[in-house]
Amino acid sequence: MEKVAIIGVGVEGFRSAIRELSYKEMVYQAAVKAYDDAQINPREEVDTFISCEEDFNMGTSITDEYAPDQLGAAQRTVHTITGDGIQGMAAAYMQIKTGMFDVAVVEAQSRVSDILTHNQITNFAFDPLYNRQFDAVYHSTAALEKRAYLEYSGTSEEAIAEVAAKNYNNALKNPIAAYGVRAKASDIMNTDMIASPLRDGEISKPVDGAVVIVMASEKVVKEKNGNPIYINGISYATNSPNFDTRDWQYAKYAKLTADRVYKMAGINDPKEEIDVFEIDDTYAFKELQHLESLGVYDKGEAGKAMLNGDLGSKGSTPVNVSGGVLGVGNAHDVNGLQRIAELVDQLRGHAGRRQISDANTGMAFSWRGVPTTAGALAILSKE
Amino acid sequence: MKVRGTKLTSDEFHNKVIAVKHAPEIEYDWATGVAISKFLKGLKDGKIIGVYCDSCDRTVTPPRMFCEECFSPMSKYVDLPDTGIINTFSIAYIKTDASRVEKPQLPAVIDIDGTSISPSGFLHLLDEINPDDIKIGMKVKAVWKDAIDRTGAITDIKYFKKMEDA
Ligand SMILES: [Zn+2]
Repeated sequence: MEKVAIIGVGVEGFRSAIRELSYKEMVYQAAVKAYDDAQINPREEVDTFISCEEDFNMGTSITDEYAPDQLGAAQRTVHTITGDGIQGMAAAYMQIKTGMFDVAVVEAQSRVSDILTHNQITNFAFDPLYNRQFDAVYHSTAALEKRAYLEYSGTSEEAIAEVAAKNYNNALKNPIAAYGVRAKASDIMNTDMIASPLRDGEISKPVDGAVVIVMASEKVVKEKNGNPIYINGISYATNSPNFDTRDWQYAKYAKLTADRVYKMAGINDPKEEIDVFEIDDTYAFKELQHLESLGVYDKGEAGKAMLNGDLGSKGSTPVNVSGGVLGVGNAHDVNGLQRIAELVDQLRGHAGRRQISDANTGMAFSWRGVPTTAGALAILSKE
Repeated sequence: MKVRGTKLTSDEFHNKVIAVKHAPEIEYDWATGVAISKFLKGLKDGKIIGVYCDSCDRTVTPPRMFCEECFSPMSKYVDLPDTGIINTFSIAYIKTDASRVEKPQLPAVIDIDGTSISPSGFLHLLDEINPDDIKIGMKVKAVWKDAIDRTGAITDIKYFKKMEDA
């Protein structure tokens, strides 16, 4: 079956606030880099453009109307996915697979600094009839989940603090990361309690940034003779939006997604067959919960692996060498593409001081954040 | 004819039927960026700024940092005259809340002189003119707020009016 590859990546950011550029200018900067990497002219060689953005985050209704110009997509085929960038890539993947499109561009952007009341927008995502009225700070929803996960898996608070410290330290080696810092687990444990059992040091902080990805059919890959990274599996899933019927202990959306993607990519044992892991860590415990729900580790084993050093950049299962969402910053719907950008760097051998040796296969998993149970997964490979 | 169903007053509908109300307090503060910052600063100074694309040989306003036609960066900013022609217009008798107004609002898209493609300009308002006399292609000129009242906003131009010598 014909393969689909990533042939270009461009990143602008990430910083806590990009105030000197408008959102269009920020996306333009990322797009120019992606097209240079792919060696394509967007005005002539791209067949379909997909922008991942949400009206409430952009502050404009029908915000997709404003997506084309900065992508080189004026008066071309463009549509928007109101979701994570990996969901956008899945749409692009399917379009290329139809045989009607050879080159697809996927873009995601975060402009949290343009929003003065981001908590209100997150609160707006809660069910309006019987959940939103409590006006709860949304981190407390993550705290409900963390407590259920700790109880269910027997994971220690120390292991979770080690995850946060690891990702902040990893970010120091990543030039696009906003929140790199030398940190020890004890530093994390000493941060303020935000909503028990969740501490401030375990919670990712917002950033502005944009990522543009160019994807292509095998036919174009052969013509371009560039540096392609193949997409061997990609999918997404949602559990339940209802607090009363969702699984709090483990991330069912991750399991549902992984079952499909492993089948598609022919993966039997992800821990053995995958070399680099970029796994959502919007809250530190989510990295461990996601690793277990994705079947990389058994229930309760991811925390132990963290304490053994297995999840470090020199460990057997390196997770979030980019710094993850904690270290790079929480770019919301860009988080998935930030992970894809890291995997492309790693698999091309371009990751500099973060390079994992003999990296042939990687997986990127994103979660859409509180209060969702939506995740998206992609497995990339050099072949 | 007898209308079927149960009549409800507005008070009954909004206050007696069980429903859930929520009014979000959502605020934004958009960074204007390189090109629109120059445009807004120009308005504060009483000028309309455009930008020129070398590869397409065209001038557009409001300016942008890149050309959406050829995707090249654009950085040749130019001062344009504060005159133009009416591309299209309307005579609007209602406001956004659907209430009727005594004096109609006169929205128009103005193609600014010195731009090299049509349309290139912006939405603004007309005034000092009898609505019956407005025509597409009519030459108009900006009427500015006093310098001290200008803030760097499109409303620093109060409206466009018919050019006397046209
Ligand atoms: Zn041009």
